[in-house]
Amino acid sequence: MDYGPSERPAGATPLPTAIKILVAGGFGVGKTTMVGAVSETRPLRTEEVLTESGVGIDDLSGVEGKSTTTVAMDFGRITISDDLVLYLFGTPGQDRFWFVWDELALGAIGAVVLADTRRLADCFPSIDYFEGRGTPFVVAVNCFEGAKQYRLDEVQAALNLDPGVPVLLCDARRRESSKEVLITLLEHAMKTRDARRAMD
Amino acid sequence: MTVQGEPAEHQWVDDHAGPVVRPYAVTRGRARPVTGTFDLISLVTATRADVGAEIGLGPEHVAIVGLCQRMQSVAEIAAHLDLPVGTIRVLLGDLVARNLVQVREPRTSAGLPDNSVFEAVINGLRAL
Repeated sequence: MDYGPSERPAGATPLPTAIKILVAGGFGVGKTTMVGAVSETRPLRTEEVLTESGVGIDDLSGVEGKSTTTVAMDFGRITISDDLVLYLFGTPGQDRFWFVWDELALGAIGAVVLADTRRLADCFPSIDYFEGRGTPFVVAVNCFEGAKQYRLDEVQAALNLDPGVPVLLCDARRRESSKEVLITLLEHAMKTRDARRAMD
Repeated sequence: MTVQGEPAEHQWVDDHAGPVVRPYAVTRGRARPVTGTFDLISLVTATRADVGAEIGLGPEHVAIVGLCQRMQSVAEIAAHLDLPVGTIRVLLGDLVARNLVQVREPRTSAGLPDNSVFEAVINGLRAL
C-alpha cells in the first residue's frame, strides 16, 4: 500500500486516518473501564520512559535511574472502517505527568472528562487543562452505585463550566452508554470546529 | 522470558520478573530513532510479507514487521511487544530507513478538510 500526500484527487482510495480521543479524570473514576467498554479488544497498556524534566520524550529510554520515570497509559482501538481508526487514550492520573498529557493532547480531536460526584474536585485539573488548551471536551458523570444523584445543571454549576460544554450521565461499564458519551463529544467537537472556522 | 524444554520449576525467572533484556540493549544503546518522530497513533504498515535474516536487524525488528502486516499504531506495537514507546520509536526508525515499513502520521482536527471524518466516526460508533 502506498501512502501519498494528503491532496489526492476525489475518488481516489481514501488514505488511512487515525484520530484520538482522550479519557481523563481523577484516579479510580473509570477511565480504563470506559476505554475497555467501547474498544474492540481489552485495553492495551503502553509505557513511556521519561526524564523528570520532560525534555524530549524518549530521552534515556530504558535507562534505570533517578532521573527517569515510567508512565503507563491504557488505550483501546475502534476500527471504524479499513481506512479510519479511532484510538481512545486514558490519561495518566497524576498531575506531575502533565508533559505526557501534552503529547497525548497534541492532535486529539477531543476529550471526555469523567467525573464522580463523590469526588468532584478530582476532575478540576482535567477541565482546567482542556479549557486552557482549547481542546473540545464533555463532562460525563459516571454513576456509581450508592452515590447520590445530582441534576446535571447542579454538576454544571459546581464545575463552573462554560454553558456550551455538554454534561451527561453515564455508566462507564456499559458499551451503549460509553458510545453515547463519545458521540456527544464528536458532535460537540464538530460544532466547536465550525464555530472557530466561522470566526476566522 | 521462558526457557524452552525446561520444566517450569527449573526456570530461573518468569515473565513477572520483567524482561531479561533491557530496553536499551534492544536498541543497542540508542535513545533516538535515526529518522522520523512517530506519534503514538502514527499508523505503521509493513511493506513486505516477512524479512529474513538481515544484518543489523534484531528479533524485535522482525516482530514489528510481522505485527504490521495489519496496520498498527506505534502505541499498539509497543503494547504488543511489551517495550517502552521510546524503544519502539528507535526500532521503527531503523525499519523506515530500510524501507521495510511505511508510516502515516495522524491527522489533527485542524488538518481535516471537512466534517466527513467526524460524521464517519459518529456513524461508525452508532453501528457498533
